[in-house]
Amino acid sequence: MSTLVGAPPTASPALSTAAPNPRPFRLVRHSLALAKRSLIKTWRTPEALIDVTLQPVLFLVIFVYVFGGAVAGSTHDYLQFLLPGILAQTIATGAIAIGVNLNTDIAKGIFDRFRSLPIPRSAPLVGAVLGDVVRYVIVTVSTLAIGYLMGFRIETDPFRAIAGCLLAVLFALCLSWLPVYVSMKVRTPGAVQGLMFALIMPLSFASNVFVAADTLPGWMRAFVDVNPMTHLVDSVRGLFLGTPLGSHVWWTLAWCVGFVAVFMPLALRAYRRKI
Amino acid sequence: MTADLVIEAEGLVKHFGKTRALQGVDLAVPRGTVLGVLGPNGAGKTTAVRILSTLLTPDSGTARIGGFDVVRDAERVRQSIGLTGQYASVDEDLTGRQNLELFGTLLELGRVGARRRAAELLDWFDLTEAAGRPAKTYSGGMRRRLDLAASLVGSPDVIFLDEPTTGLDPAKREDMWEVVRSLVTNGSTVLLTTQYLEEADALADSITVIDHGRVIAHDTPEGLKRVVGGQTLEVRPSDLADLPRIAAILSEVGSGAQADEIRKGVLAVPVTDDRALTESVARFAAVGIAVTELSLHLPSLDEVFFTLTGRTASEDDTTHRTEVAA
Ligand SMILES: Nc1ncnc2c1ncn2[C@@H]1O[C@H](COP(=O)(O)OP(=O)(O)OP(=O)(O)O)[C@@H](O)[C@H]1O
Ligand SMILES: [Mg+2]
Repeated sequence: MSTLVGAPPTASPALSTAAPNPRPFRLVRHSLALAKRSLIKTWRTPEALIDVTLQPVLFLVIFVYVFGGAVAGSTHDYLQFLLPGILAQTIATGAIAIGVNLNTDIAKGIFDRFRSLPIPRSAPLVGAVLGDVVRYVIVTVSTLAIGYLMGFRIETDPFRAIAGCLLAVLFALCLSWLPVYVSMKVRTPGAVQGLMFALIMPLSFASNVFVAADTLPGWMRAFVDVNPMTHLVDSVRGLFLGTPLGSHVWWTLAWCVGFVAVFMPLALRAYRRKI
Repeated sequence: MTADLVIEAEGLVKHFGKTRALQGVDLAVPRGTVLGVLGPNGAGKTTAVRILSTLLTPDSGTARIGGFDVVRDAERVRQSIGLTGQYASVDEDLTGRQNLELFGTLLELGRVGARRRAAELLDWFDLTEAAGRPAKTYSGGMRRRLDLAASLVGSPDVIFLDEPTTGLDPAKREDMWEVVRSLVTNGSTVLLTTQYLEEADALADSITVIDHGRVIAHDTPEGLKRVVGGQTLEVRPSDLADLPRIAAILSEVGSGAQADEIRKGVLAVPVTDDRALTESVARFAAVGIAVTELSLHLPSLDEVFFTLTGRTASEDDTTHRTEVAA
């Protein structure tokens, strides 16, 4: 550092004289800049993706080859039926990671710096949520790839298949405000993980992920029929396999709106209080 | 107090549960000057800096930066400040360059502007070579520099430095001092906290000493040194037999005061003039005395506190720790 001579470089003097809101869409731009930060972090630590890429492999292999014959008569039929469900389950568990990561991240000094910058308070949180979209895309692509290797085939057309994938990604994006909120409320990353698994696992087992909803006992049917996971799975099945879509896509979208409407404000408020 | 005050705080109070971190602190920093906030561990330095930089809200009292209230106009305050906290606040997974570019983007420099600014700062802080490595691979000194660079991205008018040189080796410390001086030359106003009177003396135009969340002294470095005692000249002869002869010379070089043996084989005398050092070197040479060590010292924080409060800072700290743990 002996080279430190002369004046510090002075940059655009505009900054110190700038008006409070120099340019529009600050929240969007700042959140995107911060989403890029999350992306770089995901890129740097690919190990963090192992759980969400391994989980669908395990579930597909175990359920298809162990139960497939018994449940559906043939393993191929069961794979066709199961894959959309596994995609939904994996992407929902994939959304837990953001809560776990934020819980550790927020305790670090970098959040102090964010708070000393003239940016919207919520930008770091919104940025982290957006940055995780890439994780959901990776989950979707890897689950489909594994399915293809095992013999799964899309029975509709590429457009409807892509729509199914996008719906799953959107679902995870909206759902992730729940783990974000939880991460603001509990102390340790382990607690976020534990609590979220306790929430997501019943959602994915008490649903039509593994068996058709009409095979379930009546008392359970009531829960399964409102379960957001059921609607997502039926939507993805319809879009991948051409089964009747009914109003499932609309219900899924309604749940998405619901998650954001409830948990985003809660999470942002908890975040402001926490820091 | 008619000067143009950039940082003003009156009666800041902040409690954390039972810990009274600040119990009514006043601070004032005129434009283009450096205020040194001197205090031992747990004095409340970091708490004060966090309030001034809008990270904490005070329980009572007010503070303004450039005329804007740190609570009500926090957004405006954030546009003119740069904060280098006590602990690094950069992203460990991002590279040095990515960190600086991120802050540039967030500060509305635009993509090209952010990139240019990052390059300038990396160059100025001698981090260009390490710019492509994640910050977690940086040494302590490099991280400190990156952190400081990060707080300068927006060319802030007001800069807070919380113990900027703690943990740096002496050469790096001098470099950091140079950085602070050039920032001030460029018109910035700086508030820095430190545990070293020497550092405050080297950089600050005025010094506020705080202890247990209270201001116990506010003065210019000269004024403070008049109270707590100025420099001492310390000498360690190669041959212990020379001690009496050295004592005689030191008394003449110093302001007539008696030289004391402060540690085994080390003589010290209070001096008022920087020339005492060169003069004693010349005198020792003239009579053929060899010395292994010869240095000028300001009182340590312990000594400052002893003079100001009658207690030592370190005693204070132990009582304080138990209080916090309880
Ligand atoms: N978030 C907090 N929660 C509880 N106590 C706190 C918190 N922050 C600071 N304190 C307490 O407030 C007191 C003042 O702390 P502060 O960090 O301001 O001291 P400091 O002068 O910066 O000390 P150091 O030189 O060790 O950095 C300490 O007793 C500290 O334990
Ligand atoms: Mg501190």
